[in-house]
Amino acid sequence: MEQLKTIGRELAMGSQGGAWAGQSKEFLDLVKSIGEARSKAEEDRIILREIESLRRRIAEPDVPRRRMKDYIIRLVYAEMLGHDASFGYIHAVKMTHDDSLPLKRTGYLAVTLFLNDDHDLIILIINTIQKDLRSDNYLVVCAALTAACKLINEETIPAVLPQVVDLLAHPKETVRKKAVMTLHRFYQRSPASVSHLISNFRKRLCDSDPGVMGATLCPLFDLITEDVNSYKDLVASFASILKQVAERKLPKTYDYHQMPAPFIQIKLLKILALLGSGDKQASGQVYNVLSDLFRKCETSSNIGNAVLYECICCVSSIYPNVKLMDAAIEATSKFLKACPSDSHNLKYMGIDALGRLIKINPDIAEEHQLAVIDCLEDPDDTLKRKTFELLYKMTKSSNVEVIVERMIDYLISIDDNHYKADIASRCVELAEQFAPSNQWFIQTMNKVFEHAGDLVNSRVAHNLMRLIAEGFGEDDEGADSQLRSSAVDSYLRILGEPKLPSLFLQVICWVLGEYGTADGKYTAAYIIGKLCDVTEAHLCNDTVKAYAISAIMKICAFEIAAGRKVEMLPECQSFLDELSASHSTDLQQRAYELQALLCLDSQAAGNVMPLDASCEDVEIDKDLSFLINFVQQSIEKGANPYLPESERLGMSGVSNFSSPYQQEASSHSLRFEAYELPKPSSIPVIPQPFISTSTTDLVLVPDTTYYRENNQASKLIVGPEASSADAGIKLRLDGVQKKWGKPTYSSSSSITTSVEKTTNGVVAHQDGIRSHSRDTTYDSRRQQPEVSVEKQRLAASLFGASASKTEKKATMAQKAPKGNSTNAEKSSVVRSVSPGTSKDKTAPPPDLLDFGEPVPTSAPTIDPFKELEGLIEPASALGPLYNTVKTGGDKAQDLMALHMDTPPSVSRTSLSLASEGTYSTDKSSYTEKPMIAVKKGPNLQDALHKDATARQVGVTPTGNNPNLFRDLLG
Amino acid sequence: MGIRFVLLVNKQGQTRLAQYYAEHLTLDERRALEGEIVRKCLARTEQQCSFVEHRNYKIVYRRYASLFFLVGVDNDEQMEYTYCGSFTHGRSKQFSSVIAYVAMGAVVDVIAYVNELAILEFIHLFVETMDRHFGNVCELDIMFHLEKAHFMLEEMVMNGCIVETSKSNILAPIQLMEKAS
Repeated sequence: MEQLKTIGRELAMGSQGGAWAGQSKEFLDLVKSIGEARSKAEEDRIILREIESLRRRIAEPDVPRRRMKDYIIRLVYAEMLGHDASFGYIHAVKMTHDDSLPLKRTGYLAVTLFLNDDHDLIILIINTIQKDLRSDNYLVVCAALTAACKLINEETIPAVLPQVVDLLAHPKETVRKKAVMTLHRFYQRSPASVSHLISNFRKRLCDSDPGVMGATLCPLFDLITEDVNSYKDLVASFASILKQVAERKLPKTYDYHQMPAPFIQIKLLKILALLGSGDKQASGQVYNVLSDLFRKCETSSNIGNAVLYECICCVSSIYPNVKLMDAAIEATSKFLKACPSDSHNLKYMGIDALGRLIKINPDIAEEHQLAVIDCLEDPDDTLKRKTFELLYKMTKSSNVEVIVERMIDYLISIDDNHYKADIASRCVELAEQFAPSNQWFIQTMNKVFEHAGDLVNSRVAHNLMRLIAEGFGEDDEGADSQLRSSAVDSYLRILGEPKLPSLFLQVICWVLGEYGTADGKYTAAYIIGKLCDVTEAHLCNDTVKAYAISAIMKICAFEIAAGRKVEMLPECQSFLDELSASHSTDLQQRAYELQALLCLDSQAAGNVMPLDASCEDVEIDKDLSFLINFVQQSIEKGANPYLPESERLGMSGVSNFSSPYQQEASSHSLRFEAYELPKPSSIPVIPQPFISTSTTDLVLVPDTTYYRENNQASKLIVGPEASSADAGIKLRLDGVQKKWGKPTYSSSSSITTSVEKTTNGVVAHQDGIRSHSRDTTYDSRRQQPEVSVEKQRLAASLFGASASKTEKKATMAQKAPKGNSTNAEKSSVVRSVSPGTSKDKTAPPPDLLDFGEPVPTSAPTIDPFKELEGLIEPASALGPLYNTVKTGGDKAQDLMALHMDTPPSVSRTSLSLASEGTYSTDKSSYTEKPMIAVKKGPNLQDALHKDATARQVGVTPTGNNPNLFRDLLG
Repeated sequence: MGIRFVLLVNKQGQTRLAQYYAEHLTLDERRALEGEIVRKCLARTEQQCSFVEHRNYKIVYRRYASLFFLVGVDNDEQMEYTYCGSFTHGRSKQFSSVIAYVAMGAVVDVIAYVNELAILEFIHLFVETMDRHFGNVCELDIMFHLEKAHFMLEEMVMNGCIVETSKSNILAPIQLMEKAS
């Protein structure tokens, strides 16, 4: 070991700086001190000192170019660590002019990091970019394109657009790729400026280089999101590209962890999901490749699961296909049942996937009820929130109470406003849609307002008031008034709370004003007193005060109208006095109105504030017909008749010349006329859409045609289910399950599903009888993990009758193992699939698509990495040695990488060799092979270099931050 | 798709690399955002999932030795639910709720969703790429070659989209540049 150390030192001495050669002493010092800084404050001090010295030195005349690069990177550091370095921006801009490519690129990088795209200095760079786009060196062109993506704004697009378009046909593929992305950026910034060039993206999709093709998918995705219908013709192309990618037709360099170009696959799947959404014909072209993917995807690696998840999303988006749905459901349950390692990520994806699939078939959630509840009770907040999202999607009137209660509990437990607002709005939405009773609705709303009042949309408050006013639309006045008095009761109780949000106070004031005295339970004086308390006890704003005074006014009016005498309470009087002197004219006016009202007789007061009339339409007489008499009289007395504006203007030019002022007016009128021409045509057009939307208040106004399409699609989805309605839902599940075992499954699609279903239904019946013994084993097995009673109850309330069915099933199966095959029992057959039970089946034909059972034929799922590791084990024996060299005997190796796949003693070298080794075994022609052989040696040297240089620079591994040296890949 | 930022922050909360896409935050905004996110991620245990929501971002993070790699993505899910339901209580309760349900489904479909696992693997690809270039990449490598780490990222991500995933393609321009100088 000593020997190795000295070798390392010598190597480092020899190459003068080793791995970090070419940088100045000062830069190394800066990095060293930042790296060893113990706290943010210390780091800030270092940077401030650095900025001071840079400010002086960067402005010196004739700074060598290399040195300037050094300065610029130090500026980048300063900005990255949160300090202003604007004094150096201009030097970064200057550096973009440099002839040397590394300097130029560094200059561009610094500028893109420093400057916003509307910064004044940008104008100085346009010229450089234009020049560089014409360069013969394609790397210079690439640098300019990269910078253009970040720096060109809407106004400067025309300055470079023609050049960028020309570069789309550049012989170098990297240039084409970057040109495509630059054009994409321009499209993002200002779609209009490149609208005539959009066809270029289609062309680039057929580029001979897969990199360009892959990049082109990004702009196409955006375009398709905006306008699906114009790209339907590409469905077949996308599907065939995806097929080719999945069949490993792309260069091996795109492979990632044995998956062929997974990131391109994912992008294609996203696009296909958009194109196939609600389009049966387009979806049909995707089915084949999707089922291929389901078959091929490896579930042992993260990336395999990522592609699988994307497939599930795609299946849930396109026109539903039974087989694919089954595959998606199967994959989802794999996610949810993920084994401990990394399971939280997979569970998260599983919950999300489930949320998508239940839109198509709400029944599948039942199977995973316990997994869902586990996630709901998990301490991990992310997972919990995702589960709430799922619950939100599966809420119906039968489970709304449980779900909303859970949500409110969660709402109370968190203190992040962003989350709170989100959860609160969901609670409100669910309550509005599914409320089982008025009482419940009001109580729920009270809770939401109490705990997240200021975060709730004010529209929600208005809806609540409207609801209380209108009742529930049934012709039962009794129920409505009961609702109101219960609301009043609850509000009077809540007013005792110390702090209430303003929006909630508004609602309370309004309701108390309208209905506080309606049922005669409370006296007017009591309510008025409470209302006055509100304004005193709670620091309220003008809006609440206005609500309060209006409420008092209403109560007074009702009292007067009923012929009772209103006594002015002292606190009410003082409140009134306060408002009369308020700065707000609105409050003042309300106060005076109240005072005026108090002087009215009972009939007038009743007319001003009729009882419970908040829902009555206020009729407005637009013609002002009640003034006709008055006008008539005035005209008779010699007043000028009123002329409409148009007549007045028309006449002014002809008859009145008397004053210069009027002549001026006439000249105005002339100008006006010129502009007014289009008016008549536009006026009748505008109001129409408004009227039509306002009448359809029940329907969510479909803004785009897209929604409508989807509605149709979702209705169509019901089709297949309805057709199998006679078979029953459970039966259907059964049939589906059986189908897994069918050898015909893997054959190409387009089998009429209805026929298949009925046959399966029959088969399932027989199967159901045969499999009773299995039922019992299944049930007893299920009982074993001892799911707590509470969880089961929760499951029952969330997932409806199904859970109780499970319990019933359990008892039934135990009591009578050969009872008649009820549907309920069969649903358990579905779940009984497990490695244990599958064995006593009479050897079902192996099914390619079935992930559920670890079929022995597909056994070689041993991680190739692991295997290779074993092979290379002797080589990696160097690992520990080298590790100790690196850390200099430091024992503080407490922090191991989270994502370490290997034991800590195995060095990264062996791992990387392992992965690359598999590449080379995969394809011996793979060009990387010689490189690896070369790499094998220097890797260790590299490390020694690094260590030695670090020591030279003065960064000691035993310093404050030993992890600086830790191999990132563990 | 939309990647909004890529951040490298160590366990002490010190930023090692920061790149923002599609929006330019001021220094103070950046400081605040980075601080909040790092605090949130550091508070999480290894068993919890690698995704966190923060404001309107969804953050996918992964830890290598003491360095956190964080990628912020558009949190579309959040926008999805910003009130698609109208006031449907009352009158034809059942009917309207069905419509609301269907319409919400449509909204979910239309909007691009985040594939968190893919982002997680993208991070790993980035680390593997750096590892191939630097050899046994460590925090100090990134610190000493900040610009190169940025160049690699520039090759991989443009306009917040993943554009290149072939390691040799990513590294080719950087190697050529080194050779030339």
